[in-house]
Amino acid sequence: MLAESLALSAALFTIGVVGVLTRRNAIIVFMCVELMLNAVNLSFVALSRLYGVEGQVFVVFVMTVAAAEAAVGLAIVIAIFRHRQTVNLENINLLKG
Amino acid sequence: MLFQLNAAASHPLAGTVAEYVWMLPLLPLLGFAINGLLAALSVAKTGPANPGLDHGTAGHGAVVHTHGAGVHVHEVGAGAHSHVAHDTHDTHAGSGGATGDDHHPVARHRYAGVVSVVGPLVMVASFALAVAIFLAMRATHGMEEPFVQRYFQWMVTGDLAIDAAFQLDQLAMVMVLIITGVGMLIHVFSVGYMRDDPGYPRYFAYLNLFVFFMLVLVLGASYPVMFVGWEGVGLCSYLLIGFWFSEKANADAGKKAFIVNRIGDFGFLVAMMLLFANLGTLDFVGVNESAGALEPGGALVTTICLFLFLGCAGKSAQIPLYVWLPDAMAGPTPVSALIHAATMVTAGVYLVARSAVLFSLSPVASLTVAVVGAVTALFAATIGLKQWDIKKVLAYSTVSQLGYMFVGVGVGAYAAGVFHLMTHAFFKALLFLGSGSVIYAMHAAYHRTHSHEDAQDMRNMGGLRQWMPWTWGLMWVATLAIAGIFPFAGFFSKDEILASVFARAQHSPLGEASWLGIPGSAVLYVVYVFGLVAALLTAVYMTRMMIYTFHGPNRTGDRERDHLREAPWVMTGPLVVLGILSAVGGWFNLPAISGGALGPIEGLHHWLEPVVGTSSVRLAGEAAHLEHSTEWILIGVAVTIAVVGIVYAFARLDPKRLPAKRDARPEEGFGRVLANKYYVDEAYDRVVVDPTVNISRGFLWRGIDVGLIDGLVNGAAGLMRGFGRAGSWMQSGQTGTYAWVLLIGVLAVLGAFTFGNP
Repeated sequence: MLAESLALSAALFTIGVVGVLTRRNAIIVFMCVELMLNAVNLSFVALSRLYGVEGQVFVVFVMTVAAAEAAVGLAIVIAIFRHRQTVNLENINLLKG
Repeated sequence: MLFQLNAAASHPLAGTVAEYVWMLPLLPLLGFAINGLLAALSVAKTGPANPGLDHGTAGHGAVVHTHGAGVHVHEVGAGAHSHVAHDTHDTHAGSGGATGDDHHPVARHRYAGVVSVVGPLVMVASFALAVAIFLAMRATHGMEEPFVQRYFQWMVTGDLAIDAAFQLDQLAMVMVLIITGVGMLIHVFSVGYMRDDPGYPRYFAYLNLFVFFMLVLVLGASYPVMFVGWEGVGLCSYLLIGFWFSEKANADAGKKAFIVNRIGDFGFLVAMMLLFANLGTLDFVGVNESAGALEPGGALVTTICLFLFLGCAGKSAQIPLYVWLPDAMAGPTPVSALIHAATMVTAGVYLVARSAVLFSLSPVASLTVAVVGAVTALFAATIGLKQWDIKKVLAYSTVSQLGYMFVGVGVGAYAAGVFHLMTHAFFKALLFLGSGSVIYAMHAAYHRTHSHEDAQDMRNMGGLRQWMPWTWGLMWVATLAIAGIFPFAGFFSKDEILASVFARAQHSPLGEASWLGIPGSAVLYVVYVFGLVAALLTAVYMTRMMIYTFHGPNRTGDRERDHLREAPWVMTGPLVVLGILSAVGGWFNLPAISGGALGPIEGLHHWLEPVVGTSSVRLAGEAAHLEHSTEWILIGVAVTIAVVGIVYAFARLDPKRLPAKRDARPEEGFGRVLANKYYVDEAYDRVVVDPTVNISRGFLWRGIDVGLIDGLVNGAAGLMRGFGRAGSWMQSGQTGTYAWVLLIGVLAVLGAFTFGNP
């Protein structure tokens, strides 16, 4: 059961990484980040059977942070869209050195 | 602590006027301060926008120097030959008005009156004090110890403690009298010669400053204090040679003098360091006391002396460093008289005499001095035979006579060398001032007619006796003196040097020494012959100069001839005094065989005995005196040679057939070599200057400076710029790229944890 859970978690995480790296739409990248967070949450829960309840406690924290992050992140995305009429990451490079 | 006078209270000069020896140099320094201030004031007030004052110079352009915030204007003449007598109306009022009306009147410098008083007055005061001190010293009847006054501690580093101290002894006294006396006369002459120069206060400021440094040089109680004066006179020499610096040749001549002197100063410095390293002291008193610790004839004392002599060769224009002196004639003529004939260039002779105790320990170094002196005397005399510039003749003559002085001090006849230094100061100052008077007249004549002929070229002169009888007569006195005709000053001093050489060649410790494997006596005989030949040539070239300048027909030009006239009294007055000194100056030191008919027998010898007596005996031996018959023969030979030279010149040189400069044809054969000064300047350019410049340009500038030093700095900057560019390339602003880099980093760290540390 553990092996399957970890395999699923790894698969979700990898999908998330690939999504972050390859997609250009800020919303999708954002969603992929959420996917990665939840993949990690899954491993926490799965491993808490072996190592104690702290993993599940951690999951609660991660979900809290993820919720806050989603609020702030979406607000930023909307602000950018209002400003530039696009959420394509390739066009958002003001920090270019 | 200032003026902490701790001269030995028991010294015979303590409590006398000699306590005021410090005022000797301070008086000219005061003159420098006042004149310098006036020069600075006039520079500040006189700008190009002030056309009233510098009518003459405005046309020639004023040189503007910007120093920081203020703009300083140096008014300058049109160049080397526009300085004297911009207008002779003032000096010859009423005598030449008819043809001078088309002339620009040039206002004198606004402070000319003050400067004319201050400049010479400080010299008169200084000379009066010097005479008073001299009388006080004479009253001590041959004091044995020098009178040393310490003022304050100058510098203390480690074992070396140098006091700012003056030392008064018989040798310094002679020099002080010459410097202040002849200097005073030349200052007075300058009032006439330079009064119409726009830089008049500046000129007197430099001249006063020179006298200050010269007195520091001869009064200094230690080598370092002397070195201060030594460098100071070099500085003033540079400033005065390049006095009319707006003309590049003059500025270059100043630089040449300064740079060539640096080579000599290097020798002086090394000698000082060697002295300190081995004797632990640099005071003259201390060196005199501890010189006995040096091995006589040893390599160390020889090295010290040779380095000292390198300094002398630079300052006193001896081979191989003589080349600057003829070029130094670019300065005003009174400067040539004071600095480049009478005083500064004799500092080398003074240094050898001052260091007699060292030189007498090293026969090899002493013989070197004598040989260099003899070769220089002969070499310069030959060049003097073919020069046309009246001042160049005198310049080479000076080099030649300085050679004589070095022969004297080289063979240990220190008193004879100083004697010739003194008589030379008289007659050479007279010759230079006389030539200045001639140039003044020539220049005024050419200036009035707006001619651009050369006022210093003897081919443009001729027959000046008619217009300038005083200058003519007095310059003949000096010519007879330098040629060595009895009873003029040069006869006694030159004869004594030659007789000393002959005596030491016959029998003396110096003659028994060997120089580069040659027996000393053989060397000395050769030196004697060189001296004789140089004496013959001296008579020839001096008579030649007199013939072409004052005798025969005039070649100045038909229009210019009417404007030739004698210089004003303020200029001929000093000439008269110098003329008297050139005539009787030798009588201070008559040879023993004269029986004392004209003055004291060997007066200078006895005077200098406490300073150089023992050193002289060490080289000459006790029995230095010649048989009387031999001495008469030597005198006869010397005078005959001088007379032959004069007669030969009169017989061979025909001023009637000499073309004026504009018609002159170049010399041929060996004469051309002489006229071109043996091409020594060209050879130095080729061998020393050009390689130095090329190495400086090609290697030091392009290689070291641009290549290495700039390369390092620019390379460091370039490296930083490269780093910056790489960093800025990494900051693409693309979050995707950052994410990739992050992933790679994470994988790398994970990989390292997983595989790197099994």
